[in-house]
Amino acid sequence: MTLDRAKEIVTNRHDYAREWKKKTGSKVMGYFCTYVPEEIVYAAGVLPIRVIGSHEAQSYTEPHIYTMFCPFSRDVLAQGLRGKYDYLDGIMIGHSCLHLRQAFGAWMTNVPASFSYYMYTPAKIQSPHAKEMMLAETTEFKKAVENWLGRPITDDALDKSIEVYNTNRRLLKQIYELRKADPPPLFGSEAIELVLSSQLSDKAEHNKLLESVLKELPQRRNGPQGGNIRLMIIGSEDDDTNFLRYVEGLGATIVADEHCTGSRYFWNETVPEKDRLRAIGNRYMNRPPCPTKDWESRRRFVHIMNMAKEYNIQGAILVQQKFCDPHEFDIPPLKALLEKNGIPSLFLEFDITVPIGQFRTRVEAFLEMLQLEVV
Amino acid sequence: MVTSIKKYQTRPLDSFKKAVELRKEYYQNVREAKQQGKLLITGGADSMVALPAGLGDYVFFEGEPYGATISMDPEFSGKCVEAAEAKNFARDMCAYMRNYWGSMFLNKYYFGGEFPKPDFVMQLGFCDTHAKWMQQVGEYMNAPYFGIDMPVGTPGRNVEAKVKYLTSQMNDAIEWMQKVTGRKYDDDKLREAVRNECKSSTLWSEIVCYNKAIPAPLEQRLIFTLFIICILRRYERKSVEFYETLRDEVKQRVADGIAAVATERCRLMDDSQPPWYFLQLYKYMEKYGVSVVGSHYSFFLGGSLEEMPDGSLGAPKTPDEMGMPMKTREDILRAYALWYIKKPIISQMFALPHFKSETMLRLVKEWKVNGVIFHLNRGCEGTAMGQMENRLALTKAGIPVMTYEGNMADRREFDEAQTLRRIDAFMESLGLSKLES
Repeated sequence: MTLDRAKEIVTNRHDYAREWKKKTGSKVMGYFCTYVPEEIVYAAGVLPIRVIGSHEAQSYTEPHIYTMFCPFSRDVLAQGLRGKYDYLDGIMIGHSCLHLRQAFGAWMTNVPASFSYYMYTPAKIQSPHAKEMMLAETTEFKKAVENWLGRPITDDALDKSIEVYNTNRRLLKQIYELRKADPPPLFGSEAIELVLSSQLSDKAEHNKLLESVLKELPQRRNGPQGGNIRLMIIGSEDDDTNFLRYVEGLGATIVADEHCTGSRYFWNETVPEKDRLRAIGNRYMNRPPCPTKDWESRRRFVHIMNMAKEYNIQGAILVQQKFCDPHEFDIPPLKALLEKNGIPSLFLEFDITVPIGQFRTRVEAFLEMLQLEVV
Repeated sequence: MVTSIKKYQTRPLDSFKKAVELRKEYYQNVREAKQQGKLLITGGADSMVALPAGLGDYVFFEGEPYGATISMDPEFSGKCVEAAEAKNFARDMCAYMRNYWGSMFLNKYYFGGEFPKPDFVMQLGFCDTHAKWMQQVGEYMNAPYFGIDMPVGTPGRNVEAKVKYLTSQMNDAIEWMQKVTGRKYDDDKLREAVRNECKSSTLWSEIVCYNKAIPAPLEQRLIFTLFIICILRRYERKSVEFYETLRDEVKQRVADGIAAVATERCRLMDDSQPPWYFLQLYKYMEKYGVSVVGSHYSFFLGGSLEEMPDGSLGAPKTPDEMGMPMKTREDILRAYALWYIKKPIISQMFALPHFKSETMLRLVKEWKVNGVIFHLNRGCEGTAMGQMENRLALTKAGIPVMTYEGNMADRREFDEAQTLRRIDAFMESLGLSKLES
């Protein structure tokens, strides 16, 4: 089953990137947040991969990041300090939360790379002027990449990159569409692995993987059972697929998600226009927002409630990286909104490692409560 | 490194009383804005507070100083943070905000009466908290909310685009403010407020430069009392007048060799906001002959420093002094946008840690500092950002550093005894013992 290949990419992500580098002779750039215009990097012939943690207890980051910052940012930095990403030629970040920006700053200072770039991605994406600002920033970023590589990034390369990225988004969305069925043909943990593997691999290769998955899913016999509780997971960065497997082993199926490791990453496509950089930037301004960019009005909740309805969910698990301020702002009003719409929710706070026994008890109790509601 | 014991002449600062009066008057104005026929606007302390000036008389009720004020009262602060937590907001969120929110949820203004209902909410978003803090306020108070996005990013990059982004948003804000208040906008009043703000800021910057002197004419506790006017009322003429008087007084103190700490024999800096409810910390250090001469935070929250022709850090020029045109609304907004883009508190602290480290190293050198104390502040992720990298940079440069954990406005996260013991150990490492002994 091709789904196993996605899991393999996620599990052996460093091997994948090293092999890609060896095979192509090209550079690899690690990015710290999904608010970066990956298409520009890809058009330059450089492989953009998302830097994620390893969920292992560590003490490397203590001298660099104070423990009040989120476990994801600390886990990410730990990977750099441990040399796990020693094959990276460059790193970059788009302006989003302070936590990850600090991990980036510490990485930049302590882990050598020939290219490092902090790009301002507008925070008030609702402003009519955000797109112009984004254009100015993507233009500067493109120039910086060109200077780094010593060659121009052509319009033709940008067009191809946009097309490859759009295809990837379209295919992922087609797979997500299948999750509306009861039972859906794939588990939520597998869906997240598909998105994660997209963030960690060459999109052109990944498109082939997704096409195979789409062909295979209708024939699949070992997918989720019908009649399971339909759950949605919502919140912070979440690449802990082991935890999702636990949940799905308890009589529930995760049918939808709202994470930057899930639907927020690929939900909308780049709408091509003559000014390629403008087109690329506009997509990031129009995508389902991270809470840190969701003001003055709350557009994020619209995306969540649409998904909740379309995927016919019965309950939601609100996942928050401990100390993640942007999500801490949204969770109380979101919980209230879900309740108002008859959707019970369970709040779980994630650390680098999760207390699986304790969480299991809480999830079991939550599912029992949902089961009673169904009866 | 540590200088020999000597007793300097000291005397009370005349401007101290005036600063206290102006602060008191400000909080009265917040309470009585409506009766006085003034608009009441709420937002963060680093908002573009001069912008509403074109609407006529107003009071800008700033969130962070109010949260800090509440934190000094254990009983009321306890009720406030618990009220915020009762609404399911996490206790690791901004402590200023939880005090402010709690006061709002309880509908109790610390200075008496109900929590003041703003005519509108206006915020400058540059960290994870500010824009979302005021989103909640707007919703809870049923008040219209306008947020301006501060393009942080790498300092010096894309400056023209950043200016355009800010001025476009300010123009939108002006249109929006006219719509929600029904008032007409007067550019002359905007010009005056921007001038006041920039002048207050440069005067404050000039004042902190006098603290390079040995002995330092001001110490950190005093600085906190004095800098607040440049935060709360910087758009007012009263602020400029206050800082002109203060500047002259501090200048005279330097000329007369007046010290803030008579026994100054060691000069320290600290970092981040202090635990506001335990400012005795500075008094405690005085027992060792320590004068805390300032910090990145206390210098830059209201001020700014730039390189002078002789290579030293000094007060920047105002837009008028730089010869920038201030005739049209566009001129004024451009000058104002540039002023904010250059603010070190935003461009350094909220960008990447090495920008702040570089400035801290310069401050240490020019203010003749013997060591730095970092308050690892659980109450503010913004000022805590990069602190550990700043610490490493200073350590690498051979500067003695100590850290203590705490929270600027939630005393539940502060251990007084442990902090004092850490200070004792740090003093010992600097070769200092208590002067009484």
